[in-house]
Amino acid sequence: MTLLYAFLVGGALCALAQIVVDATKTNPAFVMVSAVSIGAVLSGLGLYGPLVDFAGAGAATPLFGFGHSLVTGMLEDAGRLGWFGLFTGGLRATASGLMAAIIFGYLMAVLFNPKG
Amino acid sequence: MTRPGTRERDEYNRLAQSFHTPRPILRNTLMAFLVGGAICTVAQVILDYLLTKMPKTQAAAMTSTAMVFLGAFLTGLGVYDEIGRFAGMGAALPITGFANSVVSPAMEYKREGFVLGVAARMFQVAGPVIVYGSLSALLVSILRLYVFK
Amino acid sequence: MTLNRRGASTCVFSAMPAIISAASVVGPREGKGPLGPLFDLVCKDTLCGEMSWEKAETKMLRQATDLAQAKAGIEDAHVDFFLAGDLLNQIISSSFTARDKDIPFLGLYGACSTMGEAIALGSFLIHGGFARNVLAASSSHHDTAERQYRYPTEFGYQRVPPSQWTVTAAAAVVLSSQGYGPKVEAVTVGRVTDYGISDANDMGSAMAPAFADTIWRHLSDMGRAPEDYDAIFSGDLGRVGSKAALYLLKKRGIDLEGVHQDTGLMIYDMEPEICSGASGCGCVASVFAAKIYPEVRSGKLKRVLLVPTGALHSPTTCQQAESIPSVAHAVSLVYPEWGEGGS
Repeated sequence: MTLLYAFLVGGALCALAQIVVDATKTNPAFVMVSAVSIGAVLSGLGLYGPLVDFAGAGAATPLFGFGHSLVTGMLEDAGRLGWFGLFTGGLRATASGLMAAIIFGYLMAVLFNPKG
Repeated sequence: MTRPGTRERDEYNRLAQSFHTPRPILRNTLMAFLVGGAICTVAQVILDYLLTKMPKTQAAAMTSTAMVFLGAFLTGLGVYDEIGRFAGMGAALPITGFANSVVSPAMEYKREGFVLGVAARMFQVAGPVIVYGSLSALLVSILRLYVFK
Repeated sequence: MTLNRRGASTCVFSAMPAIISAASVVGPREGKGPLGPLFDLVCKDTLCGEMSWEKAETKMLRQATDLAQAKAGIEDAHVDFFLAGDLLNQIISSSFTARDKDIPFLGLYGACSTMGEAIALGSFLIHGGFARNVLAASSSHHDTAERQYRYPTEFGYQRVPPSQWTVTAAAAVVLSSQGYGPKVEAVTVGRVTDYGISDANDMGSAMAPAFADTIWRHLSDMGRAPEDYDAIFSGDLGRVGSKAALYLLKKRGIDLEGVHQDTGLMIYDMEPEICSGASGCGCVASVFAAKIYPEVRSGKLKRVLLVPTGALHSPTTCQQAESIPSVAHAVSLVYPEWGEGGS
């Protein structure tokens, strides 16, 4: 059942972003930046957590989920370390994705050439 | 008249807009929904498998690592830009699209060297996402911790 | 000194320079298009056996110039000037091609209008008595332009309807004071116009006013109507820009319907990915060399107006939200056997 929810919620979030791109003729890079920020705000309002519980990867995979992870990590670390947690939590919670991007990004650049 | 005044320029801008073929919004939205949904389903399959082996946070982190690999590998093969071309946000918004935005400049600027090419350009598109993501998360967290306790 | 001008700003040639040869080299996608069989050389892939796309573009430009010279039977020593330009920063494709030639070089930048600028200047040099033979060339490459003006080529972004597809092509012509070939009858150099379009995905609309301005000036200077030409070619306005240009001209009482063709709509089968049409220095240049040139040479077309149009922006000016200035140059060409002085 989670598979279906993941498909529907993930698809809906992407479709929503597509509508915004087409309606406002925004540059995709701006939409990606906005998506992360909106994810962070929704997370702060306590709305995104329940969506992740409901749709799993369907909510965590789109970039909104990246913003959500950043906020969750900061709040978690702030619970342990106080204000200093704001400096450690965000990147700790998203470290695997970022490190993977660096490792695989470099690896692919070594292995492949652009095809145009 | 080579550089008309504001009124004429606005008028011409409106005229030019009227000659544009409208964007195929319905088709774009449908493709974004299907492809975005499909990518999320793949992620969910990986997540479900990992959840049988390890605790939740670790499984979630490992899922995003796997999805980044997938996006990176498809970019390396030269497939992801084709997917993005017809799926739009369906390909760009999931974390695989984030991987694509890191890998594509890394590959592209390889010919300019591994330091100033690959490494320096790697976060050309993804950098802003990380910067604004971190700053907005910081702001939201401060509000949560100190203003709306 | 007699002034070789007509009307307010059109240059006419009492002794008309001839374009004695033309050659084109294109990429694989262009080779598969409707003009495929007409190009002299079609590269198997976009790298043309080179290590980078920039090197590939230079190679294509060199091949095009070598071919044009070979067809005319003129070696470097007998070419007095090499005029060339392209889209890349510091016009590297042209300068690096010139490195392999023993010809005095003048580098040009007019974006997609470069071929018009080169033919115009070459004709001036010949008519002024400063040259017997001039080599004029320009090139563009889809992937070098993508990475310079837009995103990395493997970045999966969606193309939008008014955008144009940069052509991978290079073309060269040899202009001469003697010899057989279409003659350059008149040239109207364009004024830079800016109607406030700032969307880099809509260069057709940005360039349309420049095209309209040049056409209007050329026709009124020459005292002609559009029907005096067998065809009027715009150099890559695309679908959107062509509509805007025809509309602007109609407002000034000039109807180009039926006479106007856009080279940006001729080079590809218009699959959806191409969006509004083709563009790039190499587009109008290669379509001219492969299709228009032979037709004027054989007399199938007796008089044509070639109007390459260029959008003179850079990625920096676009990011600074500047609008896009544009220019268009009109070159009137006639069937060689019409003789001196035209009709």
